[in-house]
Amino acid sequence: MSVRVQTEDFDVGVESRALQAETVGGIALFVGTVRGLSSDDGVTAMTLEHFPGMTESELERIEAEARQRWPLEDVTIIHRVGRLLPGEQIVMVAAASAHRQAAFDAAQFIMDFLKTDAPFWKAEERDGKTNWVEAKDSDDAARARWNG
Amino acid sequence: MTSTTETRANLSVRYFAWMREHTGTDMETITLPAGVVNVGDLVPHLTAMSDGHALALKNMKAVRVAVNRAYGDLDTPVSAGDEVAFFPPVTGG
Repeated sequence: MSVRVQTEDFDVGVESRALQAETVGGIALFVGTVRGLSSDDGVTAMTLEHFPGMTESELERIEAEARQRWPLEDVTIIHRVGRLLPGEQIVMVAAASAHRQAAFDAAQFIMDFLKTDAPFWKAEERDGKTNWVEAKDSDDAARARWNG
Repeated sequence: MTSTTETRANLSVRYFAWMREHTGTDMETITLPAGVVNVGDLVPHLTAMSDGHALALKNMKAVRVAVNRAYGDLDTPVSAGDEVAFFPPVTGG
């Protein structure tokens, strides 16, 4: 179990191998990256701010909820903060389980809840101006489908 | 040596993202105003502090609240020693 908020980059291979164990049959690993110039956005950089202390406790709460829903062997959540350039890694969620479905579902669940509950904020740089990103209704909808 | 002011009921108030920019501060310590028992009671006292505070807290529907680092709302109780945070809907991931 580990939740990390950090400025430095992470190595997906190292993180994946750290979750391998005799009881694990599959690891679902999602990596979010900065979408930049190649998209319609024209974003040249983004800066991530967070609420130290609350961020970690929210991520731990989300992980605990995932563990209640699926039989998970291990979970790793890493989120970077600070200024990031297009193509750079922002977030990684990895769920390890005996079987693939639990790993896939848990990784998606954790990402959906992270998007709406973990106190991070993105400011995007575009044409030399910096603007705070607005929350998306589609993220609320992605979270809501796990209810009931 | 200790003055009586140090024993007054204090509250930490924190702001993040564009709310921090509007208020011009990420954290301030205020004396818990008389009659304030929840977050909703506190808001008018904060908006009176500056034009920036008023702008930041203008639309409370667009603001999320945490008391002692757990999500709350305008009905969440506040008392001396609490940390109350205001921030926009989150955009990580």
